[in-house]
Amino acid sequence: MASLSLTLTKPLRNVGLYVLLMVKAFASLGEFRLYRKNLFKQMVRVGIDSIPIVALAAAFSGAVTTVQTAYQLVSPFIPKRIIGSIVAPSLILELGAVVTGFILAGRIGARFAAELGTMRVTEQIDALEAMGLNSIGYLIVPRVLAGVVMFPVLYVVACFVGITGGIGVAHFGGYLEAGEFVAGAREFFQPFDPVFGLIKSVVFGFAITSISCYKGYYTGGGAEGVGRATTDAAVLSCVYILVADLLLAIVLL
Amino acid sequence: MIQIEHLYKSFDGKPVLRDVSLEIRDGETLAIIGRSGSGKSVLMKHVIGLLTPTSGRVQVDGTDINEIPYRRLREVRRQFGVLFQGGALFDSMNAFENIAFPLRTFTDMEEAAIRDEVYECLRLVELPDVGPKRTAELSGGMQKRVALARAIALRPRYIIYDEPTSGLDPETSNAIDDLIRALTDEMNVTSIVVTHDMHSVLSIADRAALLHRGHLHWVGTIDELHASDDEVLCAFVKANEYQIGVPQRV
Ligand SMILES: Nc1ncnc2c1ncn2[C@@H]1O[C@H](COP(=O)(O)OP(=O)(O)OP(=O)(O)O)[C@@H](O)[C@H]1O
Ligand SMILES: [Mg+2]
Repeated sequence: MASLSLTLTKPLRNVGLYVLLMVKAFASLGEFRLYRKNLFKQMVRVGIDSIPIVALAAAFSGAVTTVQTAYQLVSPFIPKRIIGSIVAPSLILELGAVVTGFILAGRIGARFAAELGTMRVTEQIDALEAMGLNSIGYLIVPRVLAGVVMFPVLYVVACFVGITGGIGVAHFGGYLEAGEFVAGAREFFQPFDPVFGLIKSVVFGFAITSISCYKGYYTGGGAEGVGRATTDAAVLSCVYILVADLLLAIVLL
Repeated sequence: MIQIEHLYKSFDGKPVLRDVSLEIRDGETLAIIGRSGSGKSVLMKHVIGLLTPTSGRVQVDGTDINEIPYRRLREVRRQFGVLFQGGALFDSMNAFENIAFPLRTFTDMEEAAIRDEVYECLRLVELPDVGPKRTAELSGGMQKRVALARAIALRPRYIIYDEPTSGLDPETSNAIDDLIRALTDEMNVTSIVVTHDMHSVLSIADRAALLHRGHLHWVGTIDELHASDDEVLCAFVKANEYQIGVPQRV
């Protein structure tokens, strides 16, 4: 009986704990002096250090989408530049943000959870608190802020590199001329598309970093607990990216 | 002064501390002794509000630390230096940076003054050359001593030591005991020393408190401890074999 009520209330308690942690983090935003140095460090790690792998994944996504779209549009009645009109918005609306999100979930989500989890089980977080330091402001605020600020930057990089990858494979693979691709992309360009992508980026950046910080901050149970927190953080980040992606599409498009 | 009043603590319904009442007077050194798992570390974490009581109160200088807002609690905590059982050194920093951290965070000291202070602290724990070493490069006992140096860097009014000498060789243990005594005498620090080591207790403590299965089983001065015929206390003391050369207090 006790265990049943525990299994039923546990998810609710987790949500409550997560919300409370985020409220405390927001309340600490004013203590800029506390996290200034860490913010810079985390922005480099989340943003700058992720550029190569994000760019690589985006380039391949753009290229593959282009080849597949070309394969599907074999009819001689459809102008080839339509390939550009399909590939570019796909990247701007969906792939740029989602591919970046999955990469950061693995790279940053796992890392944050492992770092904070280790600090928790080795009492380093207790040591910070015991000194009279606000550990949430010191550890979590700079990480989440770095995610919210740097994810959109990575998104922009992903879109540019992705479209370039698409143009490259179109041109050199002999599917269509670079000029045609660009003309097609411009023809159906909607100014709201990148805005939507940027909104998504901010939401994804917040989701990944806040979930993984939450998992790490409340780790229990030694090295095994840290391992569990790390996998949970990566998996949950991916799940919430998909959920947020759908919700944002329904609400905003 | 720290007052612990009728403190109960359970984790997921499992009781760990049961009705513990204890007073730590200004300027004294109180040893908390007891077998492994008796709740010593849990008790120590209540004193700085890292754990909240299931019921009961903890007062520091007359303020109930579980009743005040977080901002005030942090001010109370700044009067404490805490040595955690595992050291709890920040592994993203080297030994020097660990000790400099509280100085850089909470004071406006110049970098040169911080440097001098850190090396003074390292000298006190007899590790003058480990400054540039990363945490992982230090032995367990060295980590503990660097952590002790970090705990005293801000010259706190209260110092809590969770097993300061466990895992150290007898000579270093004695040096740490001397240091604890010196800090208490020179700076009028109030200390709580959690330990298994009766040798330490006898050489540094004014009073001792024995935790037994979550109860505060016995409290008294060192003289009273010598005279006591309490069964649990005697068993604990005997197990320490302190009879082999009881250190004399001077
Ligand atoms: N965060 C926690 N969650 C659940 N149980 C805990 C927690 N912390 C401590 N306990 C339990 O409380 C009891 C007392 O633990 P504590 O760490 O205070 O022992 P101790 O007296 O310090 O022992 P040692 O001398 O080995 O350090 C143990 O049974 C432990 O399992
Ligand atoms: Mg302990």
